Amino acid sequence: MADLAAEGKKPEILFWVGCAGSFDARAQKVMRAFVKILNAAEIDFAILGNEESCTGDPARRAGNEFVFQMTALQNIETLKMYEVEKIVTACPHCFNTLKNEYPALGGNYEVIHHTQFLQGLLDDGKISIAGGAFEGKKITYHDSCYLGRANGIYEAPREILSMLDNELVEMKRCRTNGLCCGAGGAQMFKEDEPGDKRINMERVEEALETDAEIVAVNCPFCLTMMQDGVTANEQQEKVMVYDLAELIVNNMK
Amino acid sequence: MLQQIIFSIVTLGAFWWATQQFMKIRRNIFLGKDEEVSDDSGARWRNVLLIAFGQKKMFKRWIPAVLHFFIYAAFVITQIELIEIFIDGFFGVHRFFADKIGGLYTFIISFIEILSVLAFVATFAFLARRNLLKIPRFMKSEMTWWPKLDANLILFGELALLVGIFSMNGADVVLQGLDPEHFPDTGFLAISGWLGPLLFGGLPEGILVIIERFGWWLHLLTVLAFLNYLPKSKHLHILLAFPNTYFANLQPKGEMENMPEVMNEVKSMMGLTEDTGEMSMEEELPEFGAKDIFDLSWRNLLGAYSCTECGRCTAVCPANLTGKKLSPRKVMMDIRDRMEEVSTNLDSGHQKFIQEDKRAAGVSLSKENYDDGKSLFDYITREELHACTTCNACVEACPVMINPLDPILKMRRYEILTESAGPSDWLPMFTSIENSGSVWQIPDERVKWTQED
Repeated sequence: MADLAAEGKKPEILFWVGCAGSFDARAQKVMRAFVKILNAAEIDFAILGNEESCTGDPARRAGNEFVFQMTALQNIETLKMYEVEKIVTACPHCFNTLKNEYPALGGNYEVIHHTQFLQGLLDDGKISIAGGAFEGKKITYHDSCYLGRANGIYEAPREILSMLDNELVEMKRCRTNGLCCGAGGAQMFKEDEPGDKRINMERVEEALETDAEIVAVNCPFCLTMMQDGVTANEQQEKVMVYDLAELIVNNMK
Repeated sequence: MLQQIIFSIVTLGAFWWATQQFMKIRRNIFLGKDEEVSDDSGARWRNVLLIAFGQKKMFKRWIPAVLHFFIYAAFVITQIELIEIFIDGFFGVHRFFADKIGGLYTFIISFIEILSVLAFVATFAFLARRNLLKIPRFMKSEMTWWPKLDANLILFGELALLVGIFSMNGADVVLQGLDPEHFPDTGFLAISGWLGPLLFGGLPEGILVIIERFGWWLHLLTVLAFLNYLPKSKHLHILLAFPNTYFANLQPKGEMENMPEVMNEVKSMMGLTEDTGEMSMEEELPEFGAKDIFDLSWRNLLGAYSCTECGRCTAVCPANLTGKKLSPRKVMMDIRDRMEEVSTNLDSGHQKFIQEDKRAAGVSLSKENYDDGKSLFDYITREELHACTTCNACVEACPVMINPLDPILKMRRYEILTESAGPSDWLPMFTSIENSGSVWQIPDERVKWTQED
């Protein structure tokens, strides 16, 4: 973003990468996949790079409003400086915070989750998928809480899957009843409270019951949780966990 | 005449006593913080119509939804008959509307009777679900003796109500044939029309009158008893579901309420505001988040009184499903229990409940100076608060739009902001966001991912 600004240019849309996308090795792959798609679709975009900070979601949900306000207000200043109006992000937590919580702090943007954005690209024919790649393969889709219940987006990801020539098998708990992966509310950053079982194990068992070969997710934290669960069940050879962007990038025409 | 007097005393007394109790509930709800709700009343009324009246969210689970709808519909429609009972009772007449509206009367009473039969079946089914089938969500640890007894008492009360209706109507139908002057023709009633003669046909008139009066009084007394039982019971939802639905959040569920006081403080720290922003040193350090019911919004407290302990929230809570201590239903029940405790203490007016430094002659106990040495944290443990993933499944599940997540997050805010406590695992995350703008302390540059393939 800074480089473009120095040249006096302003991109159409800002790609908000988020902490997981920036630092988590597995999530980085998702971000690279998404960037490849953006480039293929010739989207004029930029990232904030080192000027991006955590949106503050986990701090706020843990109860630490001070840390949330500090990082959020910092981000809002940065976004103001570059006159950002439109943001796409591949993390539903960043999506929710930027879209729903920054306005009260003075930051108003059009915020789009990458699954919505990808659906738009596919609908507009800016990218297209080679037929048959997933033919006959069963895919199950895990609704993230922050895209699903928190923001009511259930169809965009499913629309994308329907374009992938695969058989979508829903888990017992899906859409509004979708079960959390266990990472939200800053759980990602602490040990579980005492209990019988980890939440991701419960969710992965449900995913395995569908006999799907692929578990599709829309969130880097769900990705970690579901992958851990699959590995703990020793199913990593048979069942792959992918973000929707990855499913598209490998099969673009 | 004597009956009229007894009726008037009992009925007015019951209403007076109930009014006292409902005023107290209102007072308790407003022990919570003020919060303005004035936006988009159109959407709010729509929620009341669809979710409270229409019971839309109940229909996520078909079996209980249909059974519940029978009882609900019977309850609502029986209120029409109740109007007549009051008129008859106060004025010493019998079936006031029967000969005035003719066929319509037959239709209304028949309609009530058919719904009452359905409600009768549903009540037995509900008793079976709780006591024989032992549906898991009714058996969780927070369902101690009182919540279980409360649920059964309500169902028994409903049975009494229905027995009352059918003995009253059944005996009446037979009496209409014996003494048409005192018992005006109701037309052929859908159930009592045949059930009455079947059960009571051939009995002497004196006995029939007793059965009719027994049914009439049983119906009335059960209604009045219910009215006074509601404030103590989870059954209060039959009233509060409506306001609770009206006042429920309209924003996306993911949006957490902003804390302007913290925002302004941080803004002035960062030099983002033009005002001097200096905090007066004499000012008491403000408390953030919620420690007790006084710090919650009145909407949270209304939610606690609206909860009928159905446990749909707990049944979908990922923490509870995996054996953690958190149960969203328990959170709401705890808030109500704490309100009741504070309420009793406030009513006692005892000096020992006044904050120590404010105790003095002439100072009376109020919500402003209240301190009994306890708080919500004595009811809801930190372990429960820490187990929440903020997934909103509980919020989504509640048929009357209670939000158990909101008080959990407010209590987390108290723990972190006011007490500087909370899980130590979170500290590195906080520090890292503060110092490096990332949730993890990682030496790499944020853009490093772009340089690899």
